[in-house]
Amino acid sequence: MEWLNTILQGILLGGLYAMFAAGLALIFGVMRLVNIAHGDLIVLAAYIALMAVEALGVNPLVALIIVVPLMAAIGYVLQRGILNRTLGEDLLPPLLVTFGLSVIIQNALLELFTADSRKLNAGNIEIASIHLGGGLAVGTLPLIQFALAILVIAALQWLFYRTALGRAFRATSDDQSVAQLMGLNNAHVFALAMALSLAVVALAGVLLAVRANFDPSIGPARLIFGFEAVIIGGLGSMWGTLAGGIIIGVAQAIGAKLDPGWNLLAGHLAFLLVLALKPEGLFPKVDRQ
Amino acid sequence: MPERLLEVRALDAHYGDFQALFGVSMAVAAGAVVAVIGANGAGKSTLLRCIAGAMPSRSDAVLFDGVPVGDQPAHAVVARGIALVPEGRRLFPSLTVEENLRIGGQLGRPGPWSLDRVYELFPILKERREQPAPSLSGGQQQMVALGRALMSNPRLLLCDEISLGLAPIVVRDIYARLPAIVGEGISLIIVEQDIVQALRVASHVYCLQEGRVALEGEARAMTREKIAAAYFGV
Amino acid sequence: MSVRVEHSNWFSRIGTAIALAAAVALAVAPWWADRADLRLLSEIYAYVALASLWNLLAGYAGLVSVGQQAYVGLGAYLLFALAMLMGVHPLVAIPIAALATAIISVPVAALMFRLRGHYFAIGTWVVAEVFRLAAAQFTALDGGSGTSLPAAVVLSIASTREMREFIIYWIALAQAVAILGAIVWLLRSRYGLALTAIRDSELGARSNGVDVARIKYLVYVAVAFGTAMVGGLIFVQKIRISPDTAFSVNDWTAFVIFITVIGGIGRIEGPIIGTVVFFILRQTLADLGAIYLLILGAVAIVVMLKAPKGIWGLIADRFGWQVFPLERRLVIEKP
Repeated sequence: MEWLNTILQGILLGGLYAMFAAGLALIFGVMRLVNIAHGDLIVLAAYIALMAVEALGVNPLVALIIVVPLMAAIGYVLQRGILNRTLGEDLLPPLLVTFGLSVIIQNALLELFTADSRKLNAGNIEIASIHLGGGLAVGTLPLIQFALAILVIAALQWLFYRTALGRAFRATSDDQSVAQLMGLNNAHVFALAMALSLAVVALAGVLLAVRANFDPSIGPARLIFGFEAVIIGGLGSMWGTLAGGIIIGVAQAIGAKLDPGWNLLAGHLAFLLVLALKPEGLFPKVDRQ
Repeated sequence: MPERLLEVRALDAHYGDFQALFGVSMAVAAGAVVAVIGANGAGKSTLLRCIAGAMPSRSDAVLFDGVPVGDQPAHAVVARGIALVPEGRRLFPSLTVEENLRIGGQLGRPGPWSLDRVYELFPILKERREQPAPSLSGGQQQMVALGRALMSNPRLLLCDEISLGLAPIVVRDIYARLPAIVGEGISLIIVEQDIVQALRVASHVYCLQEGRVALEGEARAMTREKIAAAYFGV
Repeated sequence: MSVRVEHSNWFSRIGTAIALAAAVALAVAPWWADRADLRLLSEIYAYVALASLWNLLAGYAGLVSVGQQAYVGLGAYLLFALAMLMGVHPLVAIPIAALATAIISVPVAALMFRLRGHYFAIGTWVVAEVFRLAAAQFTALDGGSGTSLPAAVVLSIASTREMREFIIYWIALAQAVAILGAIVWLLRSRYGLALTAIRDSELGARSNGVDVARIKYLVYVAVAFGTAMVGGLIFVQKIRISPDTAFSVNDWTAFVIFITVIGGIGRIEGPIIGTVVFFILRQTLADLGAIYLLILGAVAIVVMLKAPKGIWGLIADRFGWQVFPLERRLVIEKP
């Protein structure tokens, strides 16, 4: 029974990881860019929420109203102003520029907020739990986070395959120059994709801040979890990303149960195992490598 | 309103160090069908790409309706009413037939062409509308490419080697639909290797040879000898 | 009529002469530099070596790894294990640890090469994290809190502190010179030609019969070996090791990448110039703490956007200079 609880916790944690991964997968799908600063942007969102909460005295979940559009705007400007210039055949420029960005964000946050661990308080909802009978219980907040993750992924799927914007994303990703011939302004399309990605990042950041302690240095680990979820799930598949996140979450939970120091290692080993046995991922849609 | 829908003035084009076009000049009247012929590498595709904005030029090298558009990016040129059917079709592989057509129309330019009208012109596409674009035959893909360009309701349609890789009967089939397109008031520039087919539909002909205009004139005034001389540069 | 390939030009002859003179001057540094300077120089040599190795991996073989700290740390940890748990002399342990690291890097490469491009990059980071976490679990070397070399081990290097500093300094210099030399030699050989071909066009290289996969493997393992050698020495000098310092992304990857990018990627002279610039920045700005790193990140971004070939790239393209004789010019002599 305890094990069942552990696995359940892992699944719910996986939802959060899937949200980290969704933004990453979206960007890579549309413009072949891996944003090394992705994790640090999640942390940035957490700190912006912190500022909103301290300035306005609202519940962190309410602060989302500010954080999400703000991060989306940051994403648009970032892509249009800097990252669009790095896109191309060579993978070094975007990798190095986003690496530089990661360092800048981490150290800017360090200067502004110090290395102290912070956490956002969402009120009673944090301790509420739902009893499923038979000794199983799930926290209400983790359950909400998981539900949100599913919602986000479903929304992204719907956007990609049922809307004009999603069509524009897929067309631009297929063939940039012909997309231009159709009247699509690539610079604008890519910027919209990044704005969308950072909107998801904003949600993930706030949920992270409410769930656990955060400080300027935890960004890279979030990037790695998100990345592992994408690879395990398989490129091109959003639902695969959810599965990947869940696998990482469950692996970490099981690892922690065996030995507290083992949780991160267990997640990484699960990733390496999938890489060794099924490198294209568990649910690959399209081999775009 | 200027009689010349499109005017190309002393257009140069480069790929890095390599110069592909040398001072090419051309005029297309409204409602005309202009054929551009020439050997491989003569610069025909380059010319179309410059007109469509896919390659940058001097601002006054390309005048559309009297307005200089040479330095405009492709997405702005389409908005003005010039659409390109690219060489090799270049459909979007991740999109279905219908999605490919819809993308063509996403600028929302007003005009007679809509999804229904494209399906009227190419009924086979309606049958295959939900299929992924790459699953169609070469001829059908060419129809999608044409339809996609038409969806932007252009005033000038640029067709780059639409007969490429297609069986003669398929080529004839496609060319048979061109009158329906021109009849709506769209002007056409056709780049073709199939000279016979091109001359059949065109009112004017330009022959490019190594990046220069070697011959130009009305189609009915062309003789085999003149074309051969211009084509091969003898 | 005979045809031969000429590598040097007039500038490279001057450059090589200057480099040799500098090497001699640095070799006798213990006699003209003080202790702090020697330590600084050792650090510079380590970074020149690490950056040159990363440059070979990413700039020439196209394997952009952000996980080389895995091998710095692994080389260091294996050395500590050999010295403290198996009684191997620390200086002898350096190459042994490096060799063991190279062997471990083979299956890692097999796994990593299943990923491409950006995903390869992050994959290497994951591997480094795995090593770091594993080291933290390795209780024989005090796990997460780290450990120090016992006095007996330190004394076995040399009996006086001065002598120890000199020996470590010379080994650091020797490592940098050897690694640079090996890289120049490699690039002048036909492997180097293959690498340059791969760098310019992998598909083109493959269709010309270059065994791209095998060469990438060789380069990856060789670089792991070199990186571990440098890592081992770094921590012999520090005497103290911990998982976070041994496998630090900032110290062994971020700084290395910035050095290579700012100096000029894909050219041998780049990492040297980059290291000099890096240390000048560090000496002048280090007091600013986090702001210093922020500036470093900003400089890297600006360089990447405005001058993607780095400082040396700009100079070399403009003037055709090269310090090391690496270009290939065909010289045809008429009979």
